[in-house]
Amino acid sequence: MNKLLLGRFFPGNSVIHRLDARGKLLGGISFIFITFLANHLLSLAFLWIFTFFIMKLSEVSFKIYFRGVRPLIWLILFTVTLQILFTAGGTIYFEWGPITISQFGLVNGFYIFSRFVMIILVTTVVTMTTKPLELTDAIYFCLKPLKIFRVPVEQISMMLSIAIRFIPNLFDETQKIMDAQKARGAVFGEGNLFQQMKALVPVFLPLFTNSLNRAEDLADAMEVRGYQPSNPRTSFRQMHWSLRDTLSMLVILMLTGILILLNSISLHFLHIL
Amino acid sequence: MVMQIKLDKVSADYQFGPVRTPKVLNEVNLNIPDGSFTAVIGHTGAGKSSLLKVLNGLLMPKEGTVFVGPHSIFPGKDQKSLKEIRKMVGMVFQFPESQLFAETVEKDICFGPINFGVSEEEARIRAKEAIRQVGLEPSLLDRSPFSLSGGQKRRVAIAGILAMAPDILVLDEPGAGLDPDGKEEIMDLLYRLHKEKGLTVLLVTHDMEDVAKFAENVVVMEKGKVVYHGSARELFGDEEKMKSWNLDYPEARKFQILLEKKLGYQLPRPCLTLEELSDVLIEVGLV
Repeated sequence: MNKLLLGRFFPGNSVIHRLDARGKLLGGISFIFITFLANHLLSLAFLWIFTFFIMKLSEVSFKIYFRGVRPLIWLILFTVTLQILFTAGGTIYFEWGPITISQFGLVNGFYIFSRFVMIILVTTVVTMTTKPLELTDAIYFCLKPLKIFRVPVEQISMMLSIAIRFIPNLFDETQKIMDAQKARGAVFGEGNLFQQMKALVPVFLPLFTNSLNRAEDLADAMEVRGYQPSNPRTSFRQMHWSLRDTLSMLVILMLTGILILLNSISLHFLHIL
Repeated sequence: MVMQIKLDKVSADYQFGPVRTPKVLNEVNLNIPDGSFTAVIGHTGAGKSSLLKVLNGLLMPKEGTVFVGPHSIFPGKDQKSLKEIRKMVGMVFQFPESQLFAETVEKDICFGPINFGVSEEEARIRAKEAIRQVGLEPSLLDRSPFSLSGGQKRRVAIAGILAMAPDILVLDEPGAGLDPDGKEEIMDLLYRLHKEKGLTVLLVTHDMEDVAKFAENVVVMEKGKVVYHGSARELFGDEEKMKSWNLDYPEARKFQILLEKKLGYQLPRPCLTLEELSDVLIEVGLV
């Protein structure tokens, strides 16, 4: 449970930490699209350098980032393997029925692997340097335009922030209940899959009942304090868009431009890859 | 079997991913004799709950060794071998009713014993016995634990631990959140178990009345260290130490100290309960 780093905040005071959450969210999302521009060796190499640069700026150790990639490595390898086995073209090294290992396949596989890892690394930078609640504020901001279509954006963001607010409590409580059941002789993570799942019943059942009780308490507490879902809301946490946020957006734009440039250079001068 | 508990320079901390807390237990040395009734007191974050957890390996020591009867827990010990120890050390967590999960009270009480390899029949017999021990009707066994009242749930949870037939009972604030009557009943129950069955009881509490009334020994914890281990009377009699650890007195002793201030002299001995206090007041001729 302690292994998954996505969604875990890492306190700090780096340049990246101080950026506005909205900018980071938009930057993170654009990065996902930008990775598709890296389809030549030069642009890919440049994007890798950019990724490491961002990681370095966040002042969180690289070891922690790569630990974040580890739980997803099987998914990545699976996709990469499919890509390698089912892409044909270029020099063919091995062929058996529909399965081919070709030059294009290998190159494609490498690109896909790189994109995957870079996306995970950069989104981890965003989630590790942004407080979860600031992130929900940012999501709320980005969803605001949907209000025109009568989407209850305020309620959605309230639900999101409550959900995120209670994740640590849920972790604590899971740990507590697991401890209590261990003290009663329960063993977790042993035996076959079915046994392991069965062993979790004494943990999840109390966890659900407690959560439901707490949700009810929380709803009551909100109601007695006059919460009206339909009323317009103001925010206690104010977000400030400053010059450096605009600059960071420019950096993203420049990155896009440079990648496109590098791609066309590769097209003209390096015909091999 | 002699169920002595001994901690030899035990240090421990918690690790959450890459973040590590400072030592919650810092070179703790402790010796809890077999068949004693000990209260652990101290402020929030002093390491009381961690002290209890380290006794059955829910928190593994980073340094030092914990001896429980014939077994020992040391850093790097195989998790599987902890089962023996967990069977001996019955641990009741804070708000234990939040761990109830089974469809019936009986099944919930049987969970522990069956995990420790007791046959289902035997577990049922134990469940019936345990529910009587905690002062509930055996007819409750067929009910759902979620349909019970708060006090009843707490007792069912304790029964679930008693059914494991532990030699040592370790409790983290067993009375917390209960009404005064319910709390007293739980404390009386624990004391009775201790007297009748010779159970070694170790409990964390914030209630100094409980300490005064029941505890033979008191362990005071501060910042991950055991700073005092001795009789309750001696502790409550030592005003200087009490002040330096910022601890509360039981009501009777609080009254006595105020009275002594007014009188300008000390009564012959520190009194922990109202009965003792009235006896002393009669003795010195104030009443």
